[in-house]
Amino acid sequence: MPSWATLLSQAFNGLALGSLLALVSSGLTIILGTLGVLNFAHGALFTVGAYAIFVAFQYTSSFFLAVAMGSVFMLVLGILLERVIVRLFYDRPHEDQILVTYGVGIVLVEVLRNVFGSHAQRVPVPSWGTGVTEMGFLMYPTYRLQLIGMVAAILLALYLILYRTSLGLVVRAGIENPGMVGILGIDVKRTFLVVFAVGCVAVGLAGMLYAPVVAVSPDMGATFMVQSFVVIVLGGLGSFPGAVVGGLIAGEIISITSAFNSAYSDVMLYGLMALVLVLRPQGLFGSEGRV
Amino acid sequence: MTRNLPPALRAVLPETILVLVLVAAPLLLPPLGFSYDLLSRVLNWGLLGLGFDILFGLTGLLSFGQAAFYGVGGFVTAYLLVSGKVASVWLALAIGTAAAGLFGLFVGWLAVRRIGIYFTMITLAFAQMAYFIENSPLSDYTGGENGIAGVPQPKLGFGESALTISAGLPMYALLAVAFVIGFALARRIVMSPVGSILLAIRENTPRVAMLGHDVSAYKLAAFVIAALYAGLAGGMLGSFQSYMPPDAFSLETSGQLVVQTIVGGVGTLIGPLVGAAIWLWLRDNLQVIPGLGALWKLVLGIAFIGLVIWLRRGICGEIIHRMNKRREAAAVKAAQARTEAIELSEAGSAAGEPASEPAPVTVRDIVLPLAPPSRGSGDVALATSGLSRHYGGLKAVDDVSFEIRRGTIHAVIGPNGAGKSTLFKMLLDEVSPSAGEVRLFGERITGLGVTRTAQLGIAKSNQLNQLFPNLTVRQSLRVAALARSRGRMKLDLIRRSGSLPEVEAQVETVIDSLGLRERAETPAHILAYGEKRRLEIGMALATSPNVLLLDEPLAGMSPVERLATRDLIRSIAKSRTLVIVEHDLDAIFQLADRITVLYEGRLLADGSAEDVARNQAVQDAYLGGLHS
Repeated sequence: MPSWATLLSQAFNGLALGSLLALVSSGLTIILGTLGVLNFAHGALFTVGAYAIFVAFQYTSSFFLAVAMGSVFMLVLGILLERVIVRLFYDRPHEDQILVTYGVGIVLVEVLRNVFGSHAQRVPVPSWGTGVTEMGFLMYPTYRLQLIGMVAAILLALYLILYRTSLGLVVRAGIENPGMVGILGIDVKRTFLVVFAVGCVAVGLAGMLYAPVVAVSPDMGATFMVQSFVVIVLGGLGSFPGAVVGGLIAGEIISITSAFNSAYSDVMLYGLMALVLVLRPQGLFGSEGRV
Repeated sequence: MTRNLPPALRAVLPETILVLVLVAAPLLLPPLGFSYDLLSRVLNWGLLGLGFDILFGLTGLLSFGQAAFYGVGGFVTAYLLVSGKVASVWLALAIGTAAAGLFGLFVGWLAVRRIGIYFTMITLAFAQMAYFIENSPLSDYTGGENGIAGVPQPKLGFGESALTISAGLPMYALLAVAFVIGFALARRIVMSPVGSILLAIRENTPRVAMLGHDVSAYKLAAFVIAALYAGLAGGMLGSFQSYMPPDAFSLETSGQLVVQTIVGGVGTLIGPLVGAAIWLWLRDNLQVIPGLGALWKLVLGIAFIGLVIWLRRGICGEIIHRMNKRREAAAVKAAQARTEAIELSEAGSAAGEPASEPAPVTVRDIVLPLAPPSRGSGDVALATSGLSRHYGGLKAVDDVSFEIRRGTIHAVIGPNGAGKSTLFKMLLDEVSPSAGEVRLFGERITGLGVTRTAQLGIAKSNQLNQLFPNLTVRQSLRVAALARSRGRMKLDLIRRSGSLPEVEAQVETVIDSLGLRERAETPAHILAYGEKRRLEIGMALATSPNVLLLDEPLAGMSPVERLATRDLIRSIAKSRTLVIVEHDLDAIFQLADRITVLYEGRLLADGSAEDVARNQAVQDAYLGGLHS
């Protein structure tokens, strides 16, 4: 039995990882929910985000400026991908969509490998985020706390876009009934473009904010993508609240389990996913039948 | 060119070519950068791919978790050998393969109930779980991240004279033999009745279930077959490189298999092998060129995207397609021209011009050799009591009770939205009722599901065609006829699909009665509209049902075709019970013995055609006037 201090610090680690997973998964889930496409390039886009801030930070030396530049880059990349490739696949089977996005993921990762090499790069923790914070009951790295805060802010912004704007209304209506939205005369294709781009920015931001915590390498996104699959299954495919709650659950499962025996943290996660798929395939917040 | 060969040789032509290529490869290819080791690895991937192609290419189920079975087969084999629990490599291979099959049975049992994205994600989740289980909890047995080193090579013979199959050419020969046997077996499976049904599942899953095949069981069979191939390939991997790597379990392995299969050609069996040759050759040969080392996978990735967008058939698929196209172009063109001619003459007759004398319809007695419609006894074939279906507040069907007498033509009519189609779907348990039940010859069938009710002898032709677009008329009818003769599930993997005489007789009878003799080899999607409608009815008929439900059989037909179809219906009815939903009231009053009228989900009238025609409430419902 691990000590309470360990458990508490692992719970915070779970919160940091979970919020990050929530952000990655919300990008994945709004794309899936609106476009009906399971984006297998999502992990690669996470990696692209991390490299974007790596490059931008070298030129600007300002963390927030680098994040802003990186976000614009992700937006442009998202628009390009949707216009050039993903658009061709809306009327094709799910299997083809999975295949082509998987191919896009390979290409993105290999471009990064060819440009930056396979070795790990480092993005420094911003000056206002160094050191540890004394919270009375726990000493915890400052940047990780700020990471949780920043991710929460981005998720709130996403929530406002999805639930307080007319675009969000269309997106949510599209998740409920994509055919009907088209019949009502709404330009579905334009909505798809915006949603795909927003999804790319969301996962790119996750990569950018996570970059100072880890080593940036071409293969860093794969784990996150597969874990975000788990998250959207837990939360329900296409559900934004499901992605947030599912992300936090997944983060805590990984972190708390590894406090007991790190060998089982991933086994637990995928075991839970299998269990949910078998017992409650619609997930916590989803309704079956959409996908 | 293949036409001049004797039939016995033509039947094994792909195997013959394969053997020649595999014999020639180690002689001709090494100067091009294909070492024996590389060729052996290509064969190993190809073996893994054979199973995957049956699962994905034939059945249409995209698994991103084949690594799980590759890994299980590999690690079970390697562990048994290295720990000394099993001495014979062959026995260990057999146990490893069986273990992968068992794991496949477990994962598949959970996965095949889900479709599309869910199916892919379940396979991926289990593969990741297997990877992490190998990596940590079981690392005492599997070596964790180090894998298992020192896996022995197989021996031929016994004792002193035993011949060790060493790396290099001998190992290549062993893998080549395994691949040829695996390929021949896979081809038999594709051509078996099971193969036909798996192909039909890819084309239109709900219709296969409605014909009476247990779709989940067949999908599971495909899944386990794929797992067995993967297990065998995994077991041989450890043995031929003397080392079992943990990467076998990784997501990259599953992904590489998918990419190779798409590049080489999905649904061709040989495609994964060709894809593997390209992948491994690029990696091994570009990696040694300075400056290009990291480029090989980028090139492959771009090519992969291009193939998925433009050449979804892959390399082998495209070659086969081009060869067939040249050979069959004339036939397809002729079929399309025929379709246009039929549609033109129909358009003419629909516009009132007597384009041609309606062909005299010869009414045949349809004698179906299979499952004579005598099952069950009693005068009432089908009965409903209190049958209801509510969607939220909408009562689509509300408390409907009526009986359908055996051997009659029974019509269900009513204005649009009266609940006819919903009622129909509940009669064969395609839609489960909110309340009430359906009895077939006194036996409750509600809750059995559409596959079991089909096996009990209820078939339905749908309001909207539910065909297998790329299957020919004969193939479609064969899939239907196979259902009643073989039961819900039968694993006759080696038998040829067209070799069951009673099924073939059935198919020929139905082709004749539909008047589709000259179109027997035409794919369903090329048929004219009226022909598609007849095929839709024919597939239901080919299951040799006791009770046949026809949902708007005349909808959208030209006057000439209506006549022909009406005669067809009459001749079908001679030997079975028929229930029809139809808007063409003239046809109904000519055909039907008894009529049930639905109005706003409730039973309005039920009786003989004369009674119903005189019924005041029915007249009001149709004319829209309601007494106040």
